[in-house]
Amino acid sequence: MAFDNAYEAITEENDARWAYGTGFTDPLAGVDTTVPADVDGGDLATYCLMLGDDALILSQRMQQWCTRAPELEDEMALANIGLDLLGQARMLLTRAGKADGSDRTEDELAFFRPEHEFRNVRLVEAPNGDFAFSMARLLVFATWRLVQFQRLVDSIDPVLSAIAAKGVKEVTYHRDYAAQWVIRLGDGTEVSHERMQAGLDAVWPLVGELFEPHPVELRLDRVAVDVRELRAEFDEVIDEVLATAGLTKPEAAPMARIGGKAGRDGVHTEAMGYLLAEMQSVARAHPGATW
Amino acid sequence: MSSAGKASEQATTEKVRHEWPLYEVFVRSKRGLNHVHVGSLHAADDEMALRHARDLYTRRNEGVSIWVVKAEHIAASSPDEKDPFFAPSADKVYRHPTFYDIPENVPHM
Repeated sequence: MAFDNAYEAITEENDARWAYGTGFTDPLAGVDTTVPADVDGGDLATYCLMLGDDALILSQRMQQWCTRAPELEDEMALANIGLDLLGQARMLLTRAGKADGSDRTEDELAFFRPEHEFRNVRLVEAPNGDFAFSMARLLVFATWRLVQFQRLVDSIDPVLSAIAAKGVKEVTYHRDYAAQWVIRLGDGTEVSHERMQAGLDAVWPLVGELFEPHPVELRLDRVAVDVRELRAEFDEVIDEVLATAGLTKPEAAPMARIGGKAGRDGVHTEAMGYLLAEMQSVARAHPGATW
Repeated sequence: MSSAGKASEQATTEKVRHEWPLYEVFVRSKRGLNHVHVGSLHAADDEMALRHARDLYTRRNEGVSIWVVKAEHIAASSPDEKDPFFAPSADKVYRHPTFYDIPENVPHM
């Protein structure tokens, strides 16, 4: 049996070929992709970029752990999480390119946008630091994204709703994975406790921004989630993990905005430029290349 | 620090790095009736072993259930005992259900 297309080989039709089956499903199968009436396409696209860029940039950070993780097993786990996030980013960026009528593809949006057009929160662009910092960041991000997606499932935009429904299961595992490590290290040896607390302390100034809504989010009534409503639930989960881990919740002030602007407005930290340079270099060196 | 001290420190680090025990992983697929051995991994404890098994061995949607067990808890037959263990059953054809027809709609034989 020969397959010209790798994807053809793993569809249900050819399922029997594989010892374990594949059972792949398209999360957007049968979903109406027209922009709902009364919803501004431009705003919807910007919101999709916000959620998509959060996933894309953290995915890039996760991939940077490849060949550098402390154990082979964890390297695989981190890469898996990165791939989950990349999958979310692809659907959200594709949606953005359609919703604003620009017809830009996911690749154009990921690889040919300049830094100031990226809408991700600054939490995700921070360099990986040590394993403790990365786990603290992942715990914060996954906890926040999970409560956000649990509400986004009820969005009046059917595409966002479907993306969120798929994402909830993925992000639940990401949160679980990070929480396991935060507890293990926080409640481990003296050194692991100290480093876990330091990682958490370093992440904390980036937390405030997660709960500051952008005007676009507020305009998208019933489409977008109001992030201000997520804080209580977020704190409840984080407090429980930190209590189990024997860690102290930091009280650091949020990282300052610049002229009132932050990640959601396209204003980023120094780390972002280096990340994009690496992420976009191949696509820019060979525009239009396929493989 | 003397070179002997350094060596012993390295040995300790080596020991810590390899302290995670070996686990064997068994996965039941959605079409499978029983758990099948798929490989092994290192983990600090049972909980971590389950998560690592999920991350290493079910990435292509293979599984609906995972068992992990520390390799040291598995008792295995010895290759030296191969003949007394297995050869005696080699000529007992009557133990196979080949002397009657199996209806076509009986699955999982």
